[in-house]
Amino acid sequence: MNSILTACSDGDGPERKIQFLHGTTTLAFKFQHGVIVAVDSRATAGAYIASQTVKKVIEINPYLLGTMAGGAADCSFWERLLARQCRVYELRNKERISVAAASKLLANMVYQYKGMGLSMGTMVCGWDKTGPGLYYVDSEGNRVCGDLFAVGSGSMYAYGIVDSGLKQKDLTVEEACDLGCRAIYQATYRDAYSGGQVNLYHVHSEGWNRVSQSDVLMLHQQYQAEKA
Amino acid sequence: MAARYDRAITVFSPDGHLFQVEYAQEAVKKGSTAVGIRGKDIVVLGVEKKSVAKLQEERTVRKICALDEHVCMAFAGLTADARIVINRARVECQSHRLTVEDPVTVEYITRHIATLKQRYTQSNGRRPFGISALIVGFDYDGTPRLYQTDPSGTYHAWKANAIGRSAKTVREFLEKNYTDEAIATDNEAIKLAIKALLEVVQSGGKNIDLAVIRRNQPLKLLESKEIETLVAEIEKEKEDEAEKKKQKKST
Repeated sequence: MNSILTACSDGDGPERKIQFLHGTTTLAFKFQHGVIVAVDSRATAGAYIASQTVKKVIEINPYLLGTMAGGAADCSFWERLLARQCRVYELRNKERISVAAASKLLANMVYQYKGMGLSMGTMVCGWDKTGPGLYYVDSEGNRVCGDLFAVGSGSMYAYGIVDSGLKQKDLTVEEACDLGCRAIYQATYRDAYSGGQVNLYHVHSEGWNRVSQSDVLMLHQQYQAEKA
Repeated sequence: MAARYDRAITVFSPDGHLFQVEYAQEAVKKGSTAVGIRGKDIVVLGVEKKSVAKLQEERTVRKICALDEHVCMAFAGLTADARIVINRARVECQSHRLTVEDPVTVEYITRHIATLKQRYTQSNGRRPFGISALIVGFDYDGTPRLYQTDPSGTYHAWKANAIGRSAKTVREFLEKNYTDEAIATDNEAIKLAIKALLEVVQSGGKNIDLAVIRRNQPLKLLESKEIETLVAEIEKEKEDEAEKKKQKKST
């Protein structure tokens, strides 16, 4: 997944001028009590830090979240369109759309534009009648169901933390939130293209709620103090 | 001259009727009877089988068709129109499975069929479909459902209903006899369907086609032998009832 987003070449396709959010770390994982979604908030254009306060989690509706990696415009536009489709589905069928169906709608929408230069790598996270749902959807047409995804230039560092932290089977909500936070922090520590704040969301049976927004530098001091 | 064909066939009459739709409903009334019953763990569809010519193979025209594993429908009216509607419905069932990764609910596919029918009452140069359909099945949460659509594109949910020739008579019978005891077991529900059809089908078990769906099981078309057995049971029950009444009178 890392290579899909950070690779500049897609063969003889158009030159990738959209470099805006390739540098990023977003992650989501399922656990016993739902889904944790954690993202950084740095936007870079080459070596220039364009913003430290980007909202990389898109609130599709009260029980569905989407993350942003790749082109910011592409992600936010298509996910807003997805929100519209989800609402229409809900009105027509008198029940919430499932995470599988929502991610499929998004995947089918962008597949029509395959090869035309869209850049989007998103995780659709939610809770439906089958429990917690997590799908990775990107502009290449991939749509994968999974328990854990990390997307972006800092994803490898995040994977390291989450993989070791998820060894114990039953995490409490606080433990899971802490794990997500730490994973993003570690990624921002080593990856130059990730930083800013860690935005943390928790998706449960009643919907999602925003758990915390922590500045990475504050987290650094906190973790350093804990080590001592 | 060509401009003539652009006009819609279904237009309003001065007093607000859509005559083409009403004529389509008349066509439905000429079709052979179909009855649907919603039980607790079973849904039943019964149709009047028109007698076939000597040389005709019996099994080529079936009036009860599966739309998906868990949904099936019976129709009354123009068979050719029904074929088109059934085909579209079958494709939609699979499309839904592909895009939503879930089987259709009975309500969804009924709504799709009804929307299709309505479209043909408001289109250029097309006439409405001349069929009413009874759609039965189970939703993924296990609830049994029975819906009826008509040529105008409206649909309603029913506990039991009949369409086609003598539908009124059958419906009246059902209104009197559809009780919780009557559908208490699967067998009772099937027998109720047969009894309802026997009201209007003169020749008995040979001219009845029956299909059932049980929860989590695919559509099952009953064989003529099974139907004959059930008809015999019903006849016996009737005789026993008549005997009891006689005895009561005499004592």
